[in-house]
Amino acid sequence: MNRVELQNMAQTETERQSAFRCRLLCCASTPCLSSGSTAVSEAMKEALVAGNLNGEVEVVATGCMGPCSRGPLVTVKVPGQEDVIYEQVTPEIAKEIVTQHVAENKPVSEHMLPADMPFFVKQKKIVLSNSGQIDPEKLEDYVARQGYTALAHALREMTPEEVCATITQSGLRGRGGAGFPTGIKWDLVRKSQGDKKYVVANGDEGDPGAYMDRTLMESDPHRLLEGMAIAGYAVGADQGYLYVRGEYPIAAQRLQRAIRAAERRGILGSRVLDSNFTFRVDVRIGAGAFVCGEETALMASIMGRRGQPVPRPPYPAERGLWGKPTLINNVETFGNIAPIILNGAEWFAGIGTEKSKGSKIFALAGNIDTTGLIEVPMGITLREIVYDIANGIPDGYAFKAVQTGGPSGGCIPAQYLDTPVDYQSLGALGSIMGSGGLVVMDERSCMADVAKYFIEFCMDESCGKCVPCRVGTVQMHRILERVTNGSADFDDLKMLEELCTLVRETSLCGLGQNAPNPVISTLRYFRDEYEAHITERRCPAGACEMDSIPVRELRTNSLVYSHDGAQAEAAKA
Amino acid sequence: MPVVTLTINDELVSGQAGQTLLSLLQERGIEMPTLCHLEGLSERGGCRLCMVEMKGSPRLFAACVTPVQEDMVVYTHTERLINYRRMILELLFSERNHYCAVCVMNGHCELQTQAAENGMTSVRYDYLNPDLPMDASHERYVLDHNRCILCTRCIRVCDEIEGAHVWDLMGRGVNSMLISDLAMPWGDSVTCTNCGKCVQVCPTGALFTRGSTVAEMEKHHNFLKWILTGREQNQWDYSNL
Repeated sequence: MNRVELQNMAQTETERQSAFRCRLLCCASTPCLSSGSTAVSEAMKEALVAGNLNGEVEVVATGCMGPCSRGPLVTVKVPGQEDVIYEQVTPEIAKEIVTQHVAENKPVSEHMLPADMPFFVKQKKIVLSNSGQIDPEKLEDYVARQGYTALAHALREMTPEEVCATITQSGLRGRGGAGFPTGIKWDLVRKSQGDKKYVVANGDEGDPGAYMDRTLMESDPHRLLEGMAIAGYAVGADQGYLYVRGEYPIAAQRLQRAIRAAERRGILGSRVLDSNFTFRVDVRIGAGAFVCGEETALMASIMGRRGQPVPRPPYPAERGLWGKPTLINNVETFGNIAPIILNGAEWFAGIGTEKSKGSKIFALAGNIDTTGLIEVPMGITLREIVYDIANGIPDGYAFKAVQTGGPSGGCIPAQYLDTPVDYQSLGALGSIMGSGGLVVMDERSCMADVAKYFIEFCMDESCGKCVPCRVGTVQMHRILERVTNGSADFDDLKMLEELCTLVRETSLCGLGQNAPNPVISTLRYFRDEYEAHITERRCPAGACEMDSIPVRELRTNSLVYSHDGAQAEAAKA
Repeated sequence: MPVVTLTINDELVSGQAGQTLLSLLQERGIEMPTLCHLEGLSERGGCRLCMVEMKGSPRLFAACVTPVQEDMVVYTHTERLINYRRMILELLFSERNHYCAVCVMNGHCELQTQAAENGMTSVRYDYLNPDLPMDASHERYVLDHNRCILCTRCIRVCDEIEGAHVWDLMGRGVNSMLISDLAMPWGDSVTCTNCGKCVQVCPTGALFTRGSTVAEMEKHHNFLKWILTGREQNQWDYSNL
């Protein structure tokens, strides 16, 4: 396939779509599937057949539309009219949508989401621009929305140096967490000497409550492949690997289908779009280890070895997969590439803040009204995200903290709600941007308990290679267990802080180095809560059971009087 | 070999480009605590005892996996590092059941030596006291998981020197376990050549000769150097073995 054929395909598909009187888009990504969107789309198809609207209306299974807690979601697209989104659609409502909205053009007001909802208005969709709009399993649908034109443009009009320079100028930084400038990384790999080079997309998203990468892979797999192919051209690689988490079977399946479809049409494989550039992509599926999101462990896993990190340097840009220069980026980073090539570096650099450009996808979770997936421009405040986009905290509870960056991030308290969301500001607060998980907690959450949860996660996911992470996280968890059950004393708190520093400074990889962050940040902002657990033996949030007492007191009490706590207190007084 | 000049503990020294910081430190006679490192085997960087401070970087570096570089300014025994080394040793002692008094390696154990040399006198952390088995199925050697510190020297020597790759790790984190073949008893292993290299490189009493009792086991790893020079130079000197 060449550029002209690509344009023809886009035109044919656009014409086919505009021939329909109405298109019904039904979300088919994991959250909506689990709330029953398959039944909804079946019901719509049946109602269409019953109403004899079969040829005029098309039902499309799309990717994610955003407000996942309100799923299943259905978008009604009528040419010349604004899109209407319905929430919590049941098969019955689906029938109503067909019989009233589609057949008689009378929208069903009950389940309609208002078009001016801040959830949609405040977003800036770059990576997710196709998500929820196209059928992820249909190459034509992607091509009709300018798909693969960026790749065609790069192959024909740009040299690899120019591609790297464009990415550098755009100011794009890695979306996986660390925020390394993407263009500089590409240039490093491009300049590395090697007869063979690789491009790896990291889709091993493991943070609790985060699903940005899954959504991107499920909703717009071709966008990712296009970004990888452009990267392959820029750095001189002819082989790409997509590392998908084992828990994401739908994503892996859609990616595999997308790769096959693209290869069949000559968009991937040998002679990409009739050029001299060859690029193949293979999917590798993880086996359920969080540490495989760390780049050196991920590469070990791709090579079939035990998923354990190795010390850097050498960095993957010099020696990566099978000792060859390897470019490794997060899937969301690759999702940004095609728009940057199409619209130019200046356009991208105009979005966001001075040092953090573009937009970022966040997965909203926790005690908020609307949970779901959002893409917002960098520099938006946390308050806007929590109170406008997510519509605040339900049932009148007070906001307590927002946890960003997953188990490697920290908790940000209420006084910093007006902080702009960018790499520097979050870092200054002791948290990280991370891959984009955002968990909101209200006053019922105990921060020591939250810290314990994340340490438990890191303890379970530690690979066991280096001692501080392997044993240090276990010891930290033990101390936090004592804090939350009421048997800790101030020595424990001191020991906890020492362990935090040890694990942060001596661990081998990022997992261990950042594992203490949830503890450090909660100790920094909510120290009084920890102290209340120890001095007053009381959980201010009421979340901890507090059914034990410190070992030392157990001894003195039994010597003084009896096992009864109240009497022992009296005896001491 | 190009020469690089760097500063170690405020003293100007020169080393060869490409060599690791740890080897230079050892050449200079600076005592560095190590457990997973063993000359002749590939580096692992897992025990984190040889961490050093580097001027201009907030991070610490494991000397065994850090190549020397021009103008490096390295400190090897700051208060902070000594404190961390003690804490790491405490963590190791708390992890499994290290009872020196009844251990075959008492008096010859590298972990015990490190603890003594680094001034670790007590363990402040909870002993995890895991319930771990022993594998005495092999006709000549015994594996005691209670003493294993997961340094993987045995895995590396078996893979890199003997070429059998009997050993590997199973599980992750604190639940990692040394296994032979596909987690079968050592005595049933079809790949094991009974060479005993793993036993000789093991720093603790995790691997020992069957029949040895408390404090009787001594290990020697000079065979590694002998094999490696023999292979490189094709000279096999049997006189000092």
